[in-house]
Amino acid sequence: MSTVVPDRSSVSAGERTGASDGRAPGTFAVVRALLRKELLVELRTLESVPAMSLFSVTTFVVFHFALNRNSVDGDLAAGILWVTLLLAAILGVNRLFVADAEEGGFDGFLLAPVDRSAMLLAKALALLAYLLVLELVAVPAFGLLLLGPSLGQALPVLLGVLALGDLGIAAIGTLVAALAVRTRARDLLGPLLALPLLVPIAIGGARASSPLLALTHPGAPAARWLLTLGLYDLVFGLIAYALFDFLLED
Amino acid sequence: MAALQLEGLARHYGEREALSGVSLTLKEGQTLVVFGPNGAGKSTLLRVLATLLRPHAGSVSVLGRRLPQESWAVRGRIGLLGHEPLLYRELTARENLRFHARLHGVAAARVEEVLELVRMRGRAAEPIRTLSRGMVQRVAIARAVLHDPQLLLLDEPRANLDPAAIELVDPLIGAGSRRTRVICSHDPGGGLAEADLVLGLRAGRPALLRAAAEVTGTEIAELYR
Amino acid sequence: MYGKGLRALSISTVAVMAIALGLVFFYAPLEAEQGFLQKIFYVHVPLAIIALCGFVAGGIMAIQHLRTRDSRWDMRSYVAIHMSLIFAVATLITGSIWAKGSWGHWWVWSEPTLASFLIVFLLYGTYQPLRFSIEDPERQARYASVFAVTAGAFVPMNFIAVRLSTAYLHPRVLGSTSNLPPRMAVTFLVSLLGMALLYTTLCKYELTAKHTRAQLRALRRRAETRSGAEDASGAYARRPRSAAPSVAAPTIAAHTAGRPGV
Repeated sequence: MSTVVPDRSSVSAGERTGASDGRAPGTFAVVRALLRKELLVELRTLESVPAMSLFSVTTFVVFHFALNRNSVDGDLAAGILWVTLLLAAILGVNRLFVADAEEGGFDGFLLAPVDRSAMLLAKALALLAYLLVLELVAVPAFGLLLLGPSLGQALPVLLGVLALGDLGIAAIGTLVAALAVRTRARDLLGPLLALPLLVPIAIGGARASSPLLALTHPGAPAARWLLTLGLYDLVFGLIAYALFDFLLED
Repeated sequence: MAALQLEGLARHYGEREALSGVSLTLKEGQTLVVFGPNGAGKSTLLRVLATLLRPHAGSVSVLGRRLPQESWAVRGRIGLLGHEPLLYRELTARENLRFHARLHGVAAARVEEVLELVRMRGRAAEPIRTLSRGMVQRVAIARAVLHDPQLLLLDEPRANLDPAAIELVDPLIGAGSRRTRVICSHDPGGGLAEADLVLGLRAGRPALLRAAAEVTGTEIAELYR
Repeated sequence: MYGKGLRALSISTVAVMAIALGLVFFYAPLEAEQGFLQKIFYVHVPLAIIALCGFVAGGIMAIQHLRTRDSRWDMRSYVAIHMSLIFAVATLITGSIWAKGSWGHWWVWSEPTLASFLIVFLLYGTYQPLRFSIEDPERQARYASVFAVTAGAFVPMNFIAVRLSTAYLHPRVLGSTSNLPPRMAVTFLVSLLGMALLYTTLCKYELTAKHTRAQLRALRRRAETRSGAEDASGAYARRPRSAAPSVAAPTIAAHTAGRPGV
């Protein structure tokens, strides 16, 4: 329990000294505590996940009427799926830090002798969890409402591609959410910042999913796109990790 | 070792000086009471001492540690009670306190202990949003002392508390706690009574800094004019 | 301190750009397919390259700001991004003119540079609103730097991703910059140099102007407090909310301390 973890934020390299005085829980324990709190609040309020799921289904309906198509496949299907998921993700991103900002959760966390990146990890994991649940609803709905070819064998691979994209969405979404929440126009800035940053994920994800949803000759995702997604996730995961502390401190 | 050692502490907000030239020494076990009109910098001072804000100039030493370089080392020994209770409204008192306990590496048994000390055990399983302000304040106090801090930073701690509750929490955050305390107060009478050292702030500058015994109520009233 | 070298820089900028113009009109050969319109290439591509470098530079300056907490780096980062955004808009406009001229459409998706710049423009378009929506100047600078670093890393990755996505769809419409015949290459390089100088000069102008304005404000405030003005902070409150960084008072004081007559 008393692993020592000095946090990097208010300290520049070279000034860090030895142990914290007194107890200081390890990062893993802190992430677990934060995640637990996060999921508990979400379960109580049911704010993000039902809204995201409902939004995605409604969007499919809108697409049906707007495109005037009964079924889609290939590139079009991949595009609709990814756009809908991104927009639903933005809903979740908008709410991610609101409870903390309004109920003094930042101070409560900042007063604790813990590594501040733990909050980034916990929030990103929570967002990832929300996205996975969202997809458990949205993908079957998509298969039911709009998708021409049946999912069948392609389903596990599709879910894998989605999960790969979700990692990037979680990293960028958490960073943007933290950036936007302490500004005056938080609901507007969140989407405006997040969407351009998520374009490469949309590109990689849609291009990778497209062969899975093809009507004739369904195939496997091209490695190039999986690589793009993976690389993007890695780079922005690291960037988010490096920059997050600067958003919390004052 | 002094509990607090400030030398020329300054903090600006853009081009405005929120705090400037604050210097004082506070010994362990003593109580510093800070007076001053709204906007004088009391809350800013408290937040700097709590390691939530970095000092922009001067030197700050809390419990023997320099801020901001060693903030992380001293955080676990400070308890802050500000204007916000820092409690999640949808979670129960017990869940909130357990959460803070985990963040501070405190055992779950202690949570029950402090709940008992503030007489909130009976309602510990109800969401914070259903509690009255006085009760919320009591839970907030429980949160502040949960990890047995050496230094207490209190911003008008008796707000929202009835006399019975004030008596109840005295051993935790009052004179009976025998901890080093910094209190922001608007009450010249009561504040002066429990102070060892008095600091009067005005527009961020220390207008008054003296041992409590040498300060009169009128001098404090002057600060507010 | 900032104004040093500004005149030399301006003169060399004008000189190089004049040479570049001359080269473009009289030295570079006419391209077979697109004719005279192709000469926009000498404006469009340097603009694009300098804008991209500017965004990345803005990100690097932001890293310095986060590391040293010196608000001068924030000012430099702000100006770099500001100027790059203008260059980015110019890139989009010249690209659009070129597309209309050679393909008949004001916009083509098949040119990855245009598509990337559109995305980059949409992203950096939020920079000012972001700054404006944070009142605390110190936090404004810090958050802006976080944004600048993220966006600066994003720019090259976005370029690659978009390039990848169009590569297998259409061939490059507006011509590539590799394998240029020597006369074109020389003209291109001189134009590139001219653009780089233009960018640097404009940035320096803006930095100098900002710095001077900040010094003026500091002096005015000092005069006010000296003449016994009640509450100097009142002047601050009257200042409207701003998205542009201003060098904080302590840094100005350090700057002007020790200079005669101050």
